[in-house]
Amino acid sequence: MKKSITAQAAGFMLAFFVVIGGCGKSDNKSGATSLEAHKQRNNRVKTITGAGATFPYPVYAQWAFRYHNLTGIKINYQAIGSGGGIRQIKSGIVDFGASDAPLTKEELDAAGLVQFPMIIGGVVIVVNIPGVAAGDLKLTPELLADIMRGRIKKWNDSRIKKINPAVNLPDLDITVVHRADGSGTTWIFTDYLSKVSPEWKTTIGRGKAVRWPAGIGGKGNEGVSAYVKRINGAIGYVEFAYALQNNMAYVLLKNRAGNYVKPAIETFQAAAANADWEHAPGFYLVLTNQPGKNTWPITGASFILMHKEQPDAAKARAILDFFHWCYRHGKNDAVKLHYVPLPDKVITAVERMWASEIKSHGKRVWEGK
Amino acid sequence: MFCKKQKNMTQDTLFKLATGTAAFLIPLIMGGILGALVFNALPAIRAFGLKFLITNEWNPATGKFGAAASLFGTVLSSLIAMLMAVPASLFIAAFLSEFAPRWLKKPVRYGIETLAAIPSIIYGMWGLFVVAPFMSQHVQPFLTRYFGFIPLFKGPPMGIGMLNAGFILALMVLPFITSAMYEVFVMTPRETREAAYGAGATAWEVLSRVTLPQSLPGVVGALFLGFGRAIGETMAVTFVIGNTHQISSSLFSAGTTIASTLANEFTEASEGIYLGALFELGIILLFVNLIVIVIGQQWLKKLKQRGF
Repeated sequence: MKKSITAQAAGFMLAFFVVIGGCGKSDNKSGATSLEAHKQRNNRVKTITGAGATFPYPVYAQWAFRYHNLTGIKINYQAIGSGGGIRQIKSGIVDFGASDAPLTKEELDAAGLVQFPMIIGGVVIVVNIPGVAAGDLKLTPELLADIMRGRIKKWNDSRIKKINPAVNLPDLDITVVHRADGSGTTWIFTDYLSKVSPEWKTTIGRGKAVRWPAGIGGKGNEGVSAYVKRINGAIGYVEFAYALQNNMAYVLLKNRAGNYVKPAIETFQAAAANADWEHAPGFYLVLTNQPGKNTWPITGASFILMHKEQPDAAKARAILDFFHWCYRHGKNDAVKLHYVPLPDKVITAVERMWASEIKSHGKRVWEGK
Repeated sequence: MFCKKQKNMTQDTLFKLATGTAAFLIPLIMGGILGALVFNALPAIRAFGLKFLITNEWNPATGKFGAAASLFGTVLSSLIAMLMAVPASLFIAAFLSEFAPRWLKKPVRYGIETLAAIPSIIYGMWGLFVVAPFMSQHVQPFLTRYFGFIPLFKGPPMGIGMLNAGFILALMVLPFITSAMYEVFVMTPRETREAAYGAGATAWEVLSRVTLPQSLPGVVGALFLGFGRAIGETMAVTFVIGNTHQISSSLFSAGTTIASTLANEFTEASEGIYLGALFELGIILLFVNLIVIVIGQQWLKKLKQRGF
């Protein structure tokens, strides 16, 4: 999941002005003092390296840019994909890894890793049907699963017409567009379909790449959105920012509470707020199909992976300082790039976990800011 | 004088040593790449054996992999490309060497060289945004209307798929084949050609009976150069082929090639067997290329035996 260059460029420009403007207005006094502490504590640490998921890359890059301006510490994040990020953190090449699909508690323990959520985003269903605009079409989870597996072949199928009496649906072939590359977006989407359709779960399953029974594959979010825009009758799934930037016709989806909801920052936030993070071992929690009357059902978090046992205490502290700063002072950046920041209670839980789990030579690394 | 001779000898020895070492790099690199591929592919080779080549299943969720669809797509898209590119290249090269006035030769040749220098991703984007809509609105409906009785031209006209991939590949290999053919055409002795004209032969007869047979080994070399390039092409194909692991009788339907599968799936593959299957695809691609080279060499050998 990758955002377009324009979004990134806009982000950087924005950061530039925030930094310039920030000099005059001391908008976060506590932030400034804690940053002084960051600088003093971490004056030995110059660079932090990370690698992994492409979906959060724009916001990580934005945070890294601002943090570098404020503290002089360079965060070098390579968006090589979640799979690559997991491989690199396991072999110790990077200081932290990033993955859109969480590892299970067993996988974490086997590799001596801890995991925590960093940012939340949403997956949106987009269509290209002549005469159908954004928010016109409604779908139930069952219909969505049957369309994605190629069982419903025409847009004027009676089951689709039944819940969309007001929409003029043409006699048009449905073309399913999915991701061709392995992707966290696909993982989140197929996790959702597996939850709402037992048949999907047993015959296709969940994964960063699955065996799609129908349709064509596009590379990256940009590939899927390009195909959907090219092909009349196409339906696909993309990350939220892509649907917005490309002005695509998104679909309203029925959530667990039975309401048809629209994909938006507020409905993603509702999904995150209703999730039970406290009781999820290793923060293994997938935000799909969460309860709540305003919840968007295909929401997902992106995770950071670090080694439990840190060889260099100062470096480990510098890394956690950076994430702490992102949690506390990076929320506006995230929202502007169409991500959802984590709820405060989740941040508290994450930082509590840092204190208890991450050690260097037997001593805890994180003692609060 | 003696001194100078000795200096020459040491220089020669050094030069020989340097060239020898450089040449030795080739088997070293080949061996290194093959070794790394095989080592990383081991989990998949152990799990699937030779069945990997003929099964069509590609399912990362269950860990079942087969290369048939990728292999099929690689060969088919390259064949389509050759079918379109070879006649066109032949005509362009013939025009340039036989008929083109001098003032036209240069710009056309520059144009061909520029085409060869365009990065493949540009071809891919152009294929997706310009060619695909044109195909789906004009070319494919036309083919279905008049040739729809052939299974090759059935199916929804998406504009994306084997046909489009073959077309883009054809454009990409065209400049290579054309300039290689042109080079061998102009090497045909002028006297022979002029003698043929003098004997009353038409331009077509001169090309088909004199120039082409004379330069056949070079032309065959050009064909295999183009084919080898088409087989390994990655980004442009990934944009327009539809990236689906399936074998279909229709040229309109989506498919995949080995190179585009690797480009798509390598970054997110984390489990051993999935990675192994991708590495094994890499080995297969290497061997397909090797086979193409061997066939080309054999053909050339045969031609030489027949007196070319």
